Amino acid sequence: MKPSSAKVIEETHAAISDVVSIREQTTFQRLVANQAIWVAAALLALVIFMTWLEPSFGTTDNVTNITRNFAPLAIMSLGMTVVIITGGIDLSVGSVMGLVAIVTGLLLTWHHSWYVAFAAGLLAGLACGAFNGFFVAYVGMPSFVVTLGMLSIARSLAVVLSGNQMLYQFGPDAPIVRAIGQAKWPLHAPAGWAPRWIPELSSHFWVMLILAFILGAVFIFTAWARHLYALGSNENAARLTGVSVDWIKFQAYLFSSFTASIASLLLLGYSGSAINAMGTGYELRVIAGTVIGGANLMGGYGTAFGAVIGSAFLEVIRNALLMAGIDSNWQGAFVGMFIVIAVLLGMQTSGTSLLAAIREWIVWKRS
Amino acid sequence: MALLDVRSISKSFGAIRALSDVSFSVDAGEVVGLMGDNGAGKSTMVKLIAGNFPPTEGAIVVDGKTCHFHRPVEARAEGIEVVYQELALADNLTAAENVFLGREIKKGFWPFRILDKQSMIERAGELFAELKSETRPRDLVKKMSGGQRQAVAIARARLSNAKLVLMDEPTAAISVRQVAEVLELIRRLKSRGVSVMLISHRMPDVFSVCDRIIVLRRGSKVADKETATTSPEQITGLITGAIREA
Repeated sequence: MKPSSAKVIEETHAAISDVVSIREQTTFQRLVANQAIWVAAALLALVIFMTWLEPSFGTTDNVTNITRNFAPLAIMSLGMTVVIITGGIDLSVGSVMGLVAIVTGLLLTWHHSWYVAFAAGLLAGLACGAFNGFFVAYVGMPSFVVTLGMLSIARSLAVVLSGNQMLYQFGPDAPIVRAIGQAKWPLHAPAGWAPRWIPELSSHFWVMLILAFILGAVFIFTAWARHLYALGSNENAARLTGVSVDWIKFQAYLFSSFTASIASLLLLGYSGSAINAMGTGYELRVIAGTVIGGANLMGGYGTAFGAVIGSAFLEVIRNALLMAGIDSNWQGAFVGMFIVIAVLLGMQTSGTSLLAAIREWIVWKRS
Repeated sequence: MALLDVRSISKSFGAIRALSDVSFSVDAGEVVGLMGDNGAGKSTMVKLIAGNFPPTEGAIVVDGKTCHFHRPVEARAEGIEVVYQELALADNLTAAENVFLGREIKKGFWPFRILDKQSMIERAGELFAELKSETRPRDLVKKMSGGQRQAVAIARARLSNAKLVLMDEPTAAISVRQVAEVLELIRRLKSRGVSVMLISHRMPDVFSVCDRIIVLRRGSKVADKETATTSPEQITGLITGAIREA
């Protein structure tokens, strides 16, 4: 009797699990649920459409342009993604860029070597990040307030330090600085080996790619990232399980400022000059790119791929509007619309999202 | 010797005396119910044992060792795990990820120490099987039922080979079927020799799994009785103060 009754129990268990539990997601379903994949698809469609509509859009030169233009924003989006996963926001990144550029520019003007200048700029940026991180993580102030303060402080310091002048007489290391910002690979003939159809990609783009791969690997493989996601979703739970919440939050703001510093140094090299207005308004573009890439402003979700794709999408829209001959004043309206659409698509926080509806429809069709 | 021995503990928060002179003990493999009305001092008691703060007076003795906990980590090191009322789980992670949160299994060497996801999923699967829970390691906690969430939280406690698991209102906000599931989980823990302290308002739950019931009223212990020797009516009387002491 006993074995058979045990078997009956097993069977009812199986039946219950069929009814109540959710099935494990298949790879396909996971892709469908991923906002970044949809944005990537939209991006691809846009690129194909524009190439067909406007021959000058698909040229290798324009690819070089677009990839260089969005790379600094994407680099900063990587940092912003980490902050947004913690449930915070970093409004100071644009101003940090300005401060980093001015500090680096000043040291170059004073004839210091490029690496001293770059290190000093980086340190200034990291100091801003440490300030943000300290007050958000350890003092417990809202990130919006602290980074808004830093937005103002860093910009003001940049203006004061520069004496409100543009810095461009960079001393002996000026060619090296410019080489870093303007480098391309692979080069076309006669300087290089690459055939015409391969675009020359800027150093900005390669730096972005390397950072994105590193951050992507960190997100997937490390316990640090697991703790980051956990504290973004339920800070109290993370704390109770012994995760060093404050330290990780602090690091998030430090990393965000680090990416802003890197972006600033690349742009400084590209233009060969430092202005205190560098990065003005970038914080909003960076946040827009990050959110379009699928990061959840409530915390707990975000990917490196999404950060890159979101920023690329914004730049391609901007570029496409220019190419299509639409007045550049319209850009803001389009970008704004896409931010709303992107959040509507994802809507991980409340309400029924379009994506969830589509996902349910697909699951229903397949079962 | 008792696993946990609470010796004349008092706790004051400024002028408020949350607990005064409470003593009791919990043996290995024993399920003890801690009951009392709101404000009776149950939560304070749990937090003291869990190491959130030290007592004002008295001592907590675990396995014959007098302990002065200042942080939850210290209590955990002594084999005391808490399953919190507002379950300490991260919704956006899977069951296995939650079980191993803060103590991930890693492989490789620095700086390439990476997560050993497969081992964690397998180990979590074993724990759920041991708890006879219908929980799959790869499922997101967000999509789980209350009972499954409890299983994840309890699996966390099992993972660390806890000697004593404190459960704060585990059956407060879940369906009847899930309550049965949670009570079954408690029995499984007991059968593995783990002691459980169940903090609950629900009389039937306490009576169905607990060996002994302790009642607190206004910060003092008013009863400590074997379940077999008491009745829900008596316990209700003790909680409300209709019966002064038993």
